[in-house]
Amino acid sequence: MSDVVIRVDELGKRYQINGKQQAYRTFREAIIRTVRTPLDRLAARRDQENNTFWSLKDVTFEVKRGEVLGIIGRNGAGKSTLLKILSRITEPTTGAVYLKGRVGALLEVGTGFHHELTGRENIYLSGTILGMTRAEIDRKFDEIVDFAGVEQFIDTPVKRYSSGMGLRLGFAVAAHLEPEILVVDEVLAVGDAEFQKKCLGKMSDVAREGRTIIFVSHNMGAVRQLCSRGIWLDRGVVARDDKVINVIHEYLQQAESGSVLQNNDISVKLAVLDSSGNLVRTWGSQETIHFRVEVFCNKPLPKPTIDLSIYSMNGAKLFAFQSDHLASNHNNAISLASEYFSAVFEITNLSIAVSEVYVDLGIRSQHETKYLGLFEQVVVIQVVPPNPVYSRYEYLLHCPATFEVIGWR
Amino acid sequence: MSSTPLEQNDWTTIIRPSKGWVSLKPNDLWEYRDLLFFLAWRDISVRYKQTVLGAAWAIIQPFFSMIIFSIFFGGLAQISSDNVPYPVFSYTALLPWIFFANALTQSSNSLVGNANLLSKVYFPRLVIPLASTLSGLVDFGIAFIMLLLIMLVFGIVPTAAILALPLFLLLALVTALGTGLWLSALNVQYRDIRYVVPFLVQALMFASPVVYSSTLLEEPWRTLYGINPMVGVIEGFRWALLGTTVPGPMLLVSAVVALLLLFSGAMYFRRMEKTFADVV
Repeated sequence: MSDVVIRVDELGKRYQINGKQQAYRTFREAIIRTVRTPLDRLAARRDQENNTFWSLKDVTFEVKRGEVLGIIGRNGAGKSTLLKILSRITEPTTGAVYLKGRVGALLEVGTGFHHELTGRENIYLSGTILGMTRAEIDRKFDEIVDFAGVEQFIDTPVKRYSSGMGLRLGFAVAAHLEPEILVVDEVLAVGDAEFQKKCLGKMSDVAREGRTIIFVSHNMGAVRQLCSRGIWLDRGVVARDDKVINVIHEYLQQAESGSVLQNNDISVKLAVLDSSGNLVRTWGSQETIHFRVEVFCNKPLPKPTIDLSIYSMNGAKLFAFQSDHLASNHNNAISLASEYFSAVFEITNLSIAVSEVYVDLGIRSQHETKYLGLFEQVVVIQVVPPNPVYSRYEYLLHCPATFEVIGWR
Repeated sequence: MSSTPLEQNDWTTIIRPSKGWVSLKPNDLWEYRDLLFFLAWRDISVRYKQTVLGAAWAIIQPFFSMIIFSIFFGGLAQISSDNVPYPVFSYTALLPWIFFANALTQSSNSLVGNANLLSKVYFPRLVIPLASTLSGLVDFGIAFIMLLLIMLVFGIVPTAAILALPLFLLLALVTALGTGLWLSALNVQYRDIRYVVPFLVQALMFASPVVYSSTLLEEPWRTLYGINPMVGVIEGFRWALLGTTVPGPMLLVSAVVALLLLFSGAMYFRRMEKTFADVV
């Protein structure tokens, strides 16, 4: 145990819930609040405890030098809070973190970029913001430019860059940070497949150099590929700390069909039903299956649209369905009823060769790409392939095919 | 649960909740001097991007104020200007004043304007308002060259007192930074500050001897007037450049108040710092 570089000790972080007990935002509120009757203020103090919530509670773990730790969990489980404390952006409420070595946090691609400045200028700006010295950047400058592949545009303002170029440059700066401990948030969720591959590759290199990495992601494939150990955070506490395969498996298994999930102001309930309306956890591939989605919101949603995506357990997206593309009566019906609605996706004749899939749900406004509520790994479904021969997991899909011998000697 | 001693000596960083007043940690700031430089440089190079006149704005602002003040206060109102031509008299005051006003406006908004950095990466937060205050020095330098030209036109030759000018500039810097730290930290919590600042700047200008001279006041009121540290700065500038009356004890009052402002501002800032990322 001598080579522990991170020790997290009974860490807790309490937040005020957005509401009437939120910190005073304006003098007017502060004055009104002070002037209000003492009785009122007493009452407010009494339910203060109810208006706070623990984003993290009694989180304890250690990370050894060179270990690559993946942290998984639902939205709001405290993953980002943990990263923010580790990277000293915010302070814990209780407990402590002990660190050996410099921590580099990669919570965003292109931190500190200014779109009016050129690529060259932004490398220096972003680099120093991330904690590099000027001399360090001088030394790595060519390498960064080369990695990003933007030589030609290095003296062009970043606002003229394509979004892909901007991302590559941002990641290139961060990738050359070389801290002893690297903390990475969902940065791989942006960019195209090629960019993601490049990021993952670079992170594997960093891991191979013996640096310690803490990686937070919803992408089970990436976590499995990169990490040796996993921690599953559930509502602010460590639910499981084990080899990554075991943690991912257990995490995905607990996803319950038919439970209500909440994200921001939106709650959803997903029920997986067979053709006769029974709740199921298994799905005979090529049989009809229904995903019944109920959406609740405490304020009207403008033109709500549901995206339902089906993934293999190693994170490959197999299918994506968009409610506004599927339904003929979508616009008339859903856009009117906007605080509660329920709808059914009916899927028939899918030919999947994997044994398990999980489902993501996204609620957004029609024609928007940003999700109002994104619910990941909502449920895991066992898939029964039409023919046991297919269940060798080495490929994802199958389709009808025949084989015929034409001649032989 | 483990054999690792809790308070091992070789931990390089220990993160735990801080309570109440915290140390100013000047070493931290020194470690991040490169960042300070690049943030200030960003503010400077972005400021006049996509403007037609560019850095000329650094001259236009005080120059036109000078013309307006000369017409209304010097010409129409016949305000005494210590036997110095009124345009030079007011421009010499406008020079540190505009530096102070811009520094105040920019630094008070600096934390909120850099909210994306506050919530994404760690560095000593003091760097942000410090960089926006320092970035005003470039404008000051440009406007200062203009002053030398104006003095040439009016045939005014500075005395040896000009050697004291850097001290008065430092006093202006301390005053601007002290006020800026208070306002920037308050602005994170109370967005009212952004409406207060323009009004504050305007009110303070008339509370400072920009368009008039502090010799209008008799002692001991003149010394007491130094409670507004910009009084010491402006009268110091006039003395160093134009050879007007020596500021005297008022300067000491200004210096003490400015240092108090800076120290209390930095302490308040450091105390509130931990909430910035959560509140901004």
